Amino acid sequence: MGDDAIWTATWLTLRLATIVTLLLVVIATPLAFWLWRSRSRWKVVVGAIVALPLVLPPTVLGFYLLIALGPFGPGGALASLWGARTLAFSFEGLVLGSVVYSLPFMVQPIRTALEEIGNDPVEVAATLGASPFQTMWRVCLPLARRGYLSGAILTFAHTIGEFGVVLMIGGNIPGKTKLLSVSIYDYVERLEWDKAHWLAASMVLFAFVVIAATLAIDRRTEKRRA
Amino acid sequence: MKIDISIRTYRCAMFSRFCLFGLVGLALMSQASAAEIHVAVAANFTKPAEALGAAFTRKTGDSVTFSFGATGALYAQITQGAPYEVLLSADNTRPAQAMKDGLGVEGSQFTYAVGAVVLYAPGIDVTDGKAVLMAGAYQHLSIADPKTAPYGAAAVETLEKLGLTYATSSKLVVGENISQALQFVDSGNAELGFVALSQVVDKPASAVWRVPAELHAPILQDAVLLKTGADDPAAKAFLAFVQSDDGKAIIAQFGYTFH
Repeated sequence: MGDDAIWTATWLTLRLATIVTLLLVVIATPLAFWLWRSRSRWKVVVGAIVALPLVLPPTVLGFYLLIALGPFGPGGALASLWGARTLAFSFEGLVLGSVVYSLPFMVQPIRTALEEIGNDPVEVAATLGASPFQTMWRVCLPLARRGYLSGAILTFAHTIGEFGVVLMIGGNIPGKTKLLSVSIYDYVERLEWDKAHWLAASMVLFAFVVIAATLAIDRRTEKRRA
Repeated sequence: MKIDISIRTYRCAMFSRFCLFGLVGLALMSQASAAEIHVAVAANFTKPAEALGAAFTRKTGDSVTFSFGATGALYAQITQGAPYEVLLSADNTRPAQAMKDGLGVEGSQFTYAVGAVVLYAPGIDVTDGKAVLMAGAYQHLSIADPKTAPYGAAAVETLEKLGLTYATSSKLVVGENISQALQFVDSGNAELGFVALSQVVDKPASAVWRVPAELHAPILQDAVLLKTGADDPAAKAFLAFVQSDDGKAIIAQFGYTFH
C-alpha cells in the first residue's frame, strides 16, 4: 500500500461524500418541508425516525444494513436486478448506508431554516396568488438557503468521517469501499504510523476548515440580519 | 433546633461509620477474592479461549478477561501500553517482536496450538474446495486482512499457490479480523471464505474444505507473557494451564493440533 492507495481512498471518499450530499438535498427537501408544514400526528414519529442516526451507535446501523443489503434482504433483491447477490461490499451499498446515516445532518438544518422563515412570507405569497409550488420554489427555498448550505457542509463532512458503518458493510475493497477513515485504521493496525499520521493530520485540517467555514457562514448571515 | 442538629450529627456519624465499614469490607473482599488477568487473544482462538478461561476459573478461582481481535491490531495496542498480561497470538512473529521490543518476558514464548485454515461455504458443496475455487462461480470470497491476521496471510498464500491471485482479486472482501471474515459468509453476503477450522468445527462436512498443509506456511500460534504480567502469578498459572494436558485437551476439541 503506497501513495497510490492513499489517493485512491481519497478520491473514493470525495466521490462518496459528493454523491451522498447531492442525493440528500433531493431526499431531505420534501421531508423537511413536510416536517415544517404538516399538522399530522405522525410528525413527531417521522421527526424522531429521521433523527435516529444521531443517537444510534454506527454498529446498530451497520448490523441492520448488513442484513438488509444481503442476499436475504431487500438489498439483495435489488442487486439481483443486475445479477449481483448483495449490495454489501459495493460502492452503491455505501451510498445507501451513508444516505441513511447522514440523513439528519441534512434534514435538521433545512427544517430549522424553514421554521425561522415563519408563516408570514408564506401567507403573503398565497395572498398574492402564488401556488403552493411557486411559494416553495420562489419564496421558501431562497429564504432557507443558509440551511441548505450548512446541511450540505455537515453532510459532506459527516460522510467523509464515516467509519463504523463502512467497516461493517464495506469489506475493505480498494477503489470500491476502502475509504479514508478505514485506511487510517488499517495503517494504525499495521503499525505504518507515518501514513496514519499523514492522513490523520489531513483530516484534522479538513475538519477545522469545515467548522471554520460553517461558523463564518453563520456570522455573515447574522450580520446581514442585524 | 438543638434536637434537629443533634439528629443531623447522629446521622452524619452513622453515615461515616457506614462508609468506613463499607471500605473495610471492600478491602477485605478484594484481598479474599481471586486475581483477575487480562489476555489478548487472536480472533480465531475465541471459542477455545473462552472454554480455557472457564476451566481455568473453575480450577483456580482466578478470573480471566479476554480481548479478541486481529493479532496485528492487538499488538499495535500492546505497543501503546494496553493492559494485557498475556498475548495469545495467531502467529509466532508478533510474540518474537514483543521480545525484540522489550514488551515480552524472556523465555515465556511457546507454541500453544497449530492452526488449520479451511474454506467455508454454507451454501456450496466444497468437498472438493480446490475445484470450487478454480471454477470461480461465486461473487465474493471473504478473507481476513492479510497484513494483520495470519489466517488472512495464509489465505492469500493459498490463492497464490493455486494460481488464483489474479482471478480472485476482484472478488476478495476483507474482514478486519477472522471473526468478521466468517461473519461476512454467515450473513450470506459472501458465498465462501477462508476462516479458521476452530470457527466452523460444528458445521456440516460438505461446507468445510481443509486447505492442504502444503499450500501455505504452517500457522504456529504462539503465546507470550507480557512485561505487565511478569510478576503476576495468576498470569503465569494461566499460561501453565494452556500448556497442561487439561488445556491441550480443550484446545484439541476445536481442531487445533500441536507442534
